[in-house]
Amino acid sequence: MKPLLIRGGRIIDPSQNMDEIANLLITEGKISHLGREKTPPQSGYDVLEAQGLIVCPGFIDLHCHLRDPGYEEKETIASGTQAAARGGFTTVCCMPNTSPPLDNQPTVDYVKSKAEAEGVILVLPIGCITKGRRGEELAEMGELASSGVIGLSDDSSPVVNSRLMRQALDYSRAFGLPIIDHCEDMALTEGGQMNEGIISTKLGLQGIPAAAEEAALARDLALAELTGAKLHIAHVSTEGSIGLIRCAKEKGIRVSAEVTPHHLTLTEERAIGYDTNAKVNPPLRTIKDIEALIGGLNDNVIDIIATDHAPHTEADKLCEFALAEFGISGFETALGSLMSLVHDGKLNLYTLIAKLTYEPAKILGDKYQKLGTIALGSPADVTIFDPDKEWVVDTKDFASKGKNTPLNGSVLKGKVMATIFRGKLVCQDNSLKIETLG
Amino acid sequence: MMTTPSKDDPTLLVKTEKPLATSVWSHRHILGLEDFTLKEIELVLDTADTMKEVLSRPIKRVPTLRGKTIVTLFYEPSTRTRVSFELAAKNLSADVVNLSASSLSATKGESLVDTLDTLESLGADIVVMRHPHSGAPYIAAKYLKASIINAGDGWHAHPTQALLDLYTICAHRGNLKGLKVVIIGDIKHSRVARSNIWGLTTMGAEVTVCCPFTLLPIGLDKEQHHFPKVSIQPDIELALEGADVVMVLRLQLERQQGGLLPSLREYVKLYQLTDSRLKKAKAEALVMHPGPVNEGIEISPDVAHGPKSVIAEQVTNGVAVRMALLYLLSRGGE
Repeated sequence: MKPLLIRGGRIIDPSQNMDEIANLLITEGKISHLGREKTPPQSGYDVLEAQGLIVCPGFIDLHCHLRDPGYEEKETIASGTQAAARGGFTTVCCMPNTSPPLDNQPTVDYVKSKAEAEGVILVLPIGCITKGRRGEELAEMGELASSGVIGLSDDSSPVVNSRLMRQALDYSRAFGLPIIDHCEDMALTEGGQMNEGIISTKLGLQGIPAAAEEAALARDLALAELTGAKLHIAHVSTEGSIGLIRCAKEKGIRVSAEVTPHHLTLTEERAIGYDTNAKVNPPLRTIKDIEALIGGLNDNVIDIIATDHAPHTEADKLCEFALAEFGISGFETALGSLMSLVHDGKLNLYTLIAKLTYEPAKILGDKYQKLGTIALGSPADVTIFDPDKEWVVDTKDFASKGKNTPLNGSVLKGKVMATIFRGKLVCQDNSLKIETLG
Repeated sequence: MMTTPSKDDPTLLVKTEKPLATSVWSHRHILGLEDFTLKEIELVLDTADTMKEVLSRPIKRVPTLRGKTIVTLFYEPSTRTRVSFELAAKNLSADVVNLSASSLSATKGESLVDTLDTLESLGADIVVMRHPHSGAPYIAAKYLKASIINAGDGWHAHPTQALLDLYTICAHRGNLKGLKVVIIGDIKHSRVARSNIWGLTTMGAEVTVCCPFTLLPIGLDKEQHHFPKVSIQPDIELALEGADVVMVLRLQLERQQGGLLPSLREYVKLYQLTDSRLKKAKAEALVMHPGPVNEGIEISPDVAHGPKSVIAEQVTNGVAVRMALLYLLSRGGE
């Protein structure tokens, strides 16, 4: 592999407090030079002209669904990782709600070997909290930890039994793995289809109240305080949750939190007309919630942004609203959606990149300290994007098998131009030129 | 309103004084009253007057929809609504095919979209659809060339019921402007209540809803632009004060098991429309019910059959209103 010079881009790397125009050289899959010098220290390399583009560490997604094994009609590790690469992601963490679920070493090994064979980026599996995600007995967390999972979650099926949740938190402490918590009081959400509010009243759909998330969150924050375990809150969606997490952090509870691009940019009004592509759990909320979530990102109540990429087939969504699956295919629209917050002056670009790179790497822990950075000597996982390029979302172009997004046909401003994984271009916009020099 | 038979449609075979203002009609489907203007509702009511005249003839049949195929697609049991549509269609000389949940392939795992595809291939012109899930007719409207009439979807809408209710009130009171209409019962799960709130407020009535808070959908009393504002009064006697129209909703008896009500006994005690409570309303007040009535639960038998009750008229008017809607939809392309 020839060395690759990325020339003249604006390099933003929060891990190094860096935001400047500079050149980046990749040699043998590693960052070998980073600086302003006009001439790189060697010849015989490819040049990627990055003037006007942002160059940053590859994005890390702590929450996605790759559906393999068991639901390969929705997504496979091949299609899912290609979609992730198109979204600028070089590391994705996949949830264990597959069939069979990732609750033991062989299933985790299957995902890892499949990712090795057909994935184009790094896939880090998440293991189950309970066997079969049934909320009855703890999964063998020690074995899961040694097989390389980066966290434990029964995502989509919260652990209803409070005592078992306490024990899960306690038991996980020995392995330093976070419990990734889907906060939902199932009794309050039973039959729910969308946010409970005037739109659910108008549409005649059963509502999902904000209190269902907040009640479950309050319980688990109390249990995290009781046990001292590491708790990571998945897909925070309400203003009330922001208040609860802020309090918990002030008290010193070991909690981190994520928010999705769709909860940051779309409201419940998307469901009007019964668009099943806007059906997601937790549901799209209100403009007040969005403002609180953005506030939470800016003052670090929310640590990271994660997509909760949840691909489904056309048939899963082409049906009555109440029968449609929950979920949005999110990899390929994430950056374009998030850049609207930057263009609207609600979030600065540096913070956005930190929430997609350095901050999620911190949650992954010391073992993954080489991720989320383009410091000299790091693996060359690099994302290059044009912050101002406008494009029309067309799900026919998606690499993901999941075409389920309410954004089809929308214009987004901000587009990934190239994704580099371990020095190799895994995705590249047609307009990007790479020349061979010397 | 009683003076508008049509002269521009020979198939109705009636003489006319004033033509129907059919140019205000913009609907290919009838999905909900939220997208109806005042003028469109008035057109439906005026057209229903013409149909009522047809119904008063010895031979209640005109050739208006001859050669058209109307399918009633009912995923939920219903007698009166389905029969009302069937009669309306037959009075207009359409061919009618009835499909109900028991005959549908849904029980064999066929999806709604597959069933709709089949209907399309069979050449239905108008599909009258009842479905237990809110929004299902919107899928049909999106995927079929046929016109869709929503005959009730989940908790969302029952526009033809609301239109026949509006027609019945207008027949007695001339119009709705400034009338106080009280709706009593399970508002949360009621498509009849939702469609009536849209229709009544569009026509200028003031709506008060009366129910336990567990049966009240969220957000109705807040100022916002997505849904009409109504007054909420959980005390039935205060709610009935000065009412021009009292609409009573059917109580689904399973609400008690869902924990929404402590007991039927208490519901009857607190919310049944009785003769003595009805005295709080105006002397000329109308009592309405979309049927079927649980006599002795939401309404006492003496009120259901009393002098203020127009429940039987609602059923008769239903046929005229549905004939009007089929007629207006079939003219849609002209």
